[in-house]
Amino acid sequence: MASLSRRVSLIVPALIEVRNLVKQFRGVRAVDGASFSIRKGTCFGLLGPNGAGKTTTIEILEGITNPTSGELLYQGEPLGRRFRDEAGIMFQSTSLQEHITVREALKLFARLYPRSVPLKDLVASCSLEDILDRDTHKLSGGQRQRLLLAIALVNDPEVLFLDEPTTGLDPQARRRLWDLVRDIKQRGKTVLLTTHYMEEAYVLCDEIAIMDHGRIIAEGSPKALLAEHFHDVVLDLPAEDFHPQREDPELMVLHCGDRVELLSSDVNDTIRRLIDAGVPLGRLQIRERTLDDLFLELTGKELRK
Amino acid sequence: MSLSRLLAIFWARNKEFFRDRSALAWNVLFPVLIVAGFAFAFSDEGVDLYKVGVLGEPEVAEAQFRDLQYVDFIAVDDLQSGLRKVQRHQLDLLMEPGSNRYWVNETSPRGHILERALQGSTGQPLVRQAVQGEPIRYVDWLLPGVLSMNMMFSALYGVGYVIVRYRKNGVLKRLKATPLSAFEFLSAQVISRLWVILLVTAGVFFGMSLFIDFPMEGSYLDLLLIFTLGAMSVISLGLVIASRSASEEFASGLLNLVSWPMMFLSGVWFSLEGLHPLVQKIALIFPLTHLIDAARAVMIDGAGLLQVADRLVVLAAMTAVFLFIGALAFRWE
Repeated sequence: MASLSRRVSLIVPALIEVRNLVKQFRGVRAVDGASFSIRKGTCFGLLGPNGAGKTTTIEILEGITNPTSGELLYQGEPLGRRFRDEAGIMFQSTSLQEHITVREALKLFARLYPRSVPLKDLVASCSLEDILDRDTHKLSGGQRQRLLLAIALVNDPEVLFLDEPTTGLDPQARRRLWDLVRDIKQRGKTVLLTTHYMEEAYVLCDEIAIMDHGRIIAEGSPKALLAEHFHDVVLDLPAEDFHPQREDPELMVLHCGDRVELLSSDVNDTIRRLIDAGVPLGRLQIRERTLDDLFLELTGKELRK
Repeated sequence: MSLSRLLAIFWARNKEFFRDRSALAWNVLFPVLIVAGFAFAFSDEGVDLYKVGVLGEPEVAEAQFRDLQYVDFIAVDDLQSGLRKVQRHQLDLLMEPGSNRYWVNETSPRGHILERALQGSTGQPLVRQAVQGEPIRYVDWLLPGVLSMNMMFSALYGVGYVIVRYRKNGVLKRLKATPLSAFEFLSAQVISRLWVILLVTAGVFFGMSLFIDFPMEGSYLDLLLIFTLGAMSVISLGLVIASRSASEEFASGLLNLVSWPMMFLSGVWFSLEGLHPLVQKIALIFPLTHLIDAARAVMIDGAGLLQVADRLVVLAAMTAVFLFIGALAFRWE
C-alpha cells in the first residue's frame, strides 16, 4: 500500500511542496526541517500533539508567519500573489468585525478578492440561509464555523486550509462540517487539514503526515500507514471480566482504565488461550488498529494531550 | 492599490461605529454635556484674577501698580492681538510702560476698576485709549477647545484602540490572509475615522448652535479645513500608538499617557498665556494645541487661513510624520 501511494504521488503533480522548513523562535525550534508535498485534489491531514509545530507550519504556508529557512512551492513556484488569490483559509481562532451580519461579512470578504463565488452558491453550500441577517457575534459554535468556512471559500480557492475546524463542536455539528468538507473535495479542491480528532483525519484525509517535535515522523494514506505499522488487531474486554486463572506469557495485555486490551496477530490462538485461562468472552470486542493507536505508537503521546 | 478593497474595509468600519449605539452616543453627548455644564457653572463670570496685558516687560508694569494684589500681568506680543483681547474682555486692561499709554474697554466694569487703581497707584501721567467690544463668555471660548478635544479622543481611541483590538482578537490575522494590503487597510481606517469625526463634530456644532449663541466670526470652510487637518494629525498619532501592540491594556495606558497631557496642556480649559514659559513650549508639541488655537482664531476672532497658516503647516507636518512612522511600524500581528 505504501509503495502504491508513493507511485500515485509521482503521477499526480504536487500542488504544494514543502522542503526542509525551519522556524526558529527565541529559544525554541518550532519547525525543524519538515518536508512534505500535497497533491492536487486531495485532502492532506497534518496531525500532531500540541506543540508539535503543526500550527506554525500551516501559518507559514498561509503566509501569516515567515519561515527561518526552507522552501515553499505552490504549483512549482515560490509562494506569491497568485497563492494569496487562490488560497482559502479557515483559522483556528479569528474574529470578524463587530456589528456586521453574516451577509455583510460574506460581501466584505468577497470584495477583497479579484474573483469570488456568487453569494447565493456560497450560502447554499455552507447552509447559511437561516442566519444571513444575524450579527456574526451572535452565532452558535457550528454556525460560526460554517460562516468561517464560507469566508474561506469566498474566492473559490484552489487550496483550502482548515486549522482544527471542528474543535469545540458537538458531534452533530462536527458531522455536518465533515459533509461540507467532503463536498468541497468532490469539487476537486485541495484541502490541508489539521485536527485533534483521529476519526476526522481517517474519514476526511487521503493522506496524513504525523508531526512531532517540529519534524514529520510518518507520511502516507491512513490505511497504508496502519498496514505499515501494525500486523495485529485489538481484543477488547471489560477489566472486571479479565481474571485469568493462570498467567500466560504469550498474551500481550494492556490495562486501559476499566478496559483491558490484548494485541493479537493470531485471533484464533489468542481466543483459545483466553478460554484456557477461564476468561469469560461474552463481552469481547475485536477491532482493527486505529490512527489513535498509530499516533500513540509513534509519538508516545495521546493526540488530545 | 485597490479602491474596491479599501472601500469594503471603510464601510465595514463605518457600520461598526454607527451600529455601536453606546460609542456613538458617547461621541455626541460627551462634548454637549461638558459645554452645557460649563455654560451653567460659569454663567456669572467665575474669574477671580484681574488680567493686565503688557506690551513689553511685565515687571515694569507690575512696579507701577505697587501694592495692588490679585492682578495677573501677562506679556502681549503685539498691540493688535492685545487690543483684540481687550475688546473681547479677555484682558481687563492693556498697558505699554514705555510710552505710558494704556487701553481700556469702556464697557468692561473690571477694566474700569483697574483703571482707577492704576491712576491711584502711579505717579506718572498716563495716556488713556478707549476700546469698545462685547465680552467673550467662557463658554464661547471653551467650545472650540471641547470640540477639538472630542475629536482627539475619538481619533485616538477610534483608531488606536480599535486596531489593537483587531490585532488581539484575530481580525487582522484574518485580513492579512487576503489580498488586502496594509496600506489599503490603514487608509480605510483613517478615512473612516476622519469622516466619522467630521460628521459627529458638525452635528454637535450645529446642534449646540441651537441652544448656545456662540460666535462664529470666520469662514465655515476655513474651520472645516482646520478640523480636517487637526483630525488627521491625531488619527495619525493613533496609528503610531496602534502600530505594534496586541495588548488592549498596554494600548489603553499609552493612549492615556498621550491624551491626558493634551487634554490639560493644549488650552482646552484655560488659556496657556499665564503659564510658565516652559509649559507653553511643551504644549507646542501637541497637535491639539495647534488645532484649538486655529479653531479659536477662526471662530472667535474671525481669522482667515493666512493668519493661522503657521498652525496649519505644523498640523500638516505632524500628520505626515505620524503617518510615515505609523505605516512603517505597522505589523498585522
